[in-house]
Amino acid sequence: MDILITGLLLGGTYALIAMGLNLQYGVARIMNLANGEVLVVGGFVAFWLYTAGQTSPLLTIFLVAPAAFALNWLIYRIMLQPLVTRARTRGQLETDSILATFGLSFIGVGLMLAVFGGDYFSYSFLAVPVELFGDTYAANRVASFIAAVVICGALYLWLNRTRAGLSIRAIATAPGSARLVGIDVKHLAALAFALGGAVTATGGALISTYLTLDASTGVVFTLKALIIVIMGGVGDVRGTIIAALLLGIVETAVASLIDPGLTLAAAYILFLGILLFRPQGLFGKMQT
Amino acid sequence: MKRRPFLKLAAALAVASATATAGANAADTVRIGAVAPKTGPLAGGAAVTHWPSIQLWVAQVNADGGLMVDGEKMMIELIEYDDQTNPGETIKAVQRLATQDDAHFIIAPYGTGLNIAAAPIFARYGYPQIAVSAITDQQADLSSKFPNMFFTLGTTSAFSEDAVQILTDMREAGQLGNKIAMVNVADAFGIELATVAREKFLEAGFELVYDTSYPLGTQDLSPVVKAAKAAEPDAFVAWSYPPDTFALTEQAIIEDLDVAAFYTAVATPFPAYGDRFGAAANGNLGAGGVNPDSEAFQAYAAAHKEVTGSAPDSWASATTFASLQILQQAIEAVGLDREAVSAYLKDNTFDTVLGPMTFGEHNSNAAFWTVGQWQDGVFRGVAARERDGVAEVQLKDGWATSN
Repeated sequence: MDILITGLLLGGTYALIAMGLNLQYGVARIMNLANGEVLVVGGFVAFWLYTAGQTSPLLTIFLVAPAAFALNWLIYRIMLQPLVTRARTRGQLETDSILATFGLSFIGVGLMLAVFGGDYFSYSFLAVPVELFGDTYAANRVASFIAAVVICGALYLWLNRTRAGLSIRAIATAPGSARLVGIDVKHLAALAFALGGAVTATGGALISTYLTLDASTGVVFTLKALIIVIMGGVGDVRGTIIAALLLGIVETAVASLIDPGLTLAAAYILFLGILLFRPQGLFGKMQT
Repeated sequence: MKRRPFLKLAAALAVASATATAGANAADTVRIGAVAPKTGPLAGGAAVTHWPSIQLWVAQVNADGGLMVDGEKMMIELIEYDDQTNPGETIKAVQRLATQDDAHFIIAPYGTGLNIAAAPIFARYGYPQIAVSAITDQQADLSSKFPNMFFTLGTTSAFSEDAVQILTDMREAGQLGNKIAMVNVADAFGIELATVAREKFLEAGFELVYDTSYPLGTQDLSPVVKAAKAAEPDAFVAWSYPPDTFALTEQAIIEDLDVAAFYTAVATPFPAYGDRFGAAANGNLGAGGVNPDSEAFQAYAAAHKEVTGSAPDSWASATTFASLQILQQAIEAVGLDREAVSAYLKDNTFDTVLGPMTFGEHNSNAAFWTVGQWQDGVFRGVAARERDGVAEVQLKDGWATSN
């Protein structure tokens, strides 16, 4: 039970890290390697507002999310739209966007260094125990898990119940045909990219309450997000959630039952296993 | 293959740097090179410990009119490179400083691995390398291979041994039981420290009730702390790196890990640690230490805060500054001749922020701090080799968040 809950809490963290990338890669078709930097910026804003004005990170996210949305929308419109327009095939877009966002991640790291230096930013927020089913857990992890549930739930409902959401899923499934039924692909892809950025930055703000970040840690989160998105299946919210929770539980189980030294190995064995037996990801559809 | 743009870029960079070097050569300055992480995994540590002290030193020397070289004041021109925490880049940057920028002296890189990686290049071009954050037991071997490599911060064994000694003393005084939970980060320094400590703990008759490692960058250390707690230890010792030092401490607070001694290694003396945990950090032991009551250190800390905007850590920051003071005193004594400076370093005693410093056997400074403890908001050295001002160790008394 203890392992299960600890694993679920960690899985919630992973879902926060990966959900934004899933929207960006699955719908907007941009493999955004600067994803981790957006997350760190979100974390920094939370740190800064907390240390400067004692603003709760749980409130900060309402500021971070729209700001990140606007910023990512601009990035997409200015930098990535031309790539989308000129790309003849999906493969070409992927190569171009990987190169472009890889560069963007360096710019991000450079800007963050210039603005707030290379120091660790770490603060204590809700670092108190909560008791659940007889065991203790960190309140900040529980809070961010709840936020993750709300964010993922809202995204899932939005994607399945609203017109805009359904259109976005249509783009994820068949970008070519989506245009034929009157969906404004250009506009919605920008929307999905911006939304992905907003989710990632929000995740960063929440994660900063219990992880110590610095300007160069972004790449760690990009890699984790990449693994989870690929495991879950590109463009599927359920897949990302399940993959994130699965990874969290497996890592915790291995750390508690076998040895903490083997968590990385366990994570990659899981990843390899899924790639071997379901290369399209848990919920992914085979490319036709 | 689209090679052209890269060639153009490379050419442009080469031209730009050539003009920059020409400009530098014209002015009457001492060119000092600095290579250390500004990005990558070690950037956070370097941003606290390494770069600010360099900035402070250059600012102070230049405010004073410059370095006194052969009876004439010369301003310092600092040339900085980011090595991205990548040994390959460190080597390239040192080489570049030696051959392209024509630096008179190069400040040693940051981190054990990066210092060792750069040592052959320092040696090849005849630069003295006064290493700070290069804690290793291979000092004898390294100094025989690279006679101009100097060590200031101590050896891995000393850090492990002194931590074990503190716990042993506490046990002898009846303050501590016999059960130790020990964890380490699965990376060079963590593994080296744990290996020595494991042996020493067993020699001292301790029982290791929990002993494990975790990968670098682990995002949830709660299973580790929970398992350690379940083993009911009397003391918790973690040979940890900065992010895990923070995470382990936070988990220990949450789990209310009830131990009489709590030790985490790197980053425990960082100001951010004290700021974050406040009163809960009281009694926490960590690698490093200073004598916060010494006037020299207080003056240094005040200047550090004024010039760089942040407080120094209570360990290697001051040593980094001391290494630069040593370089300065050697240059002012013998001039810009690198061989003469290296020779001078070996034969003289230097007056530093930490007190007198000499390079003895294996080019090592024998006087350094090994263990410190947070005591009422100040990180005090509680164990040292040949340093004055060692404070008494206090018992860890719970995780109270208010005093």
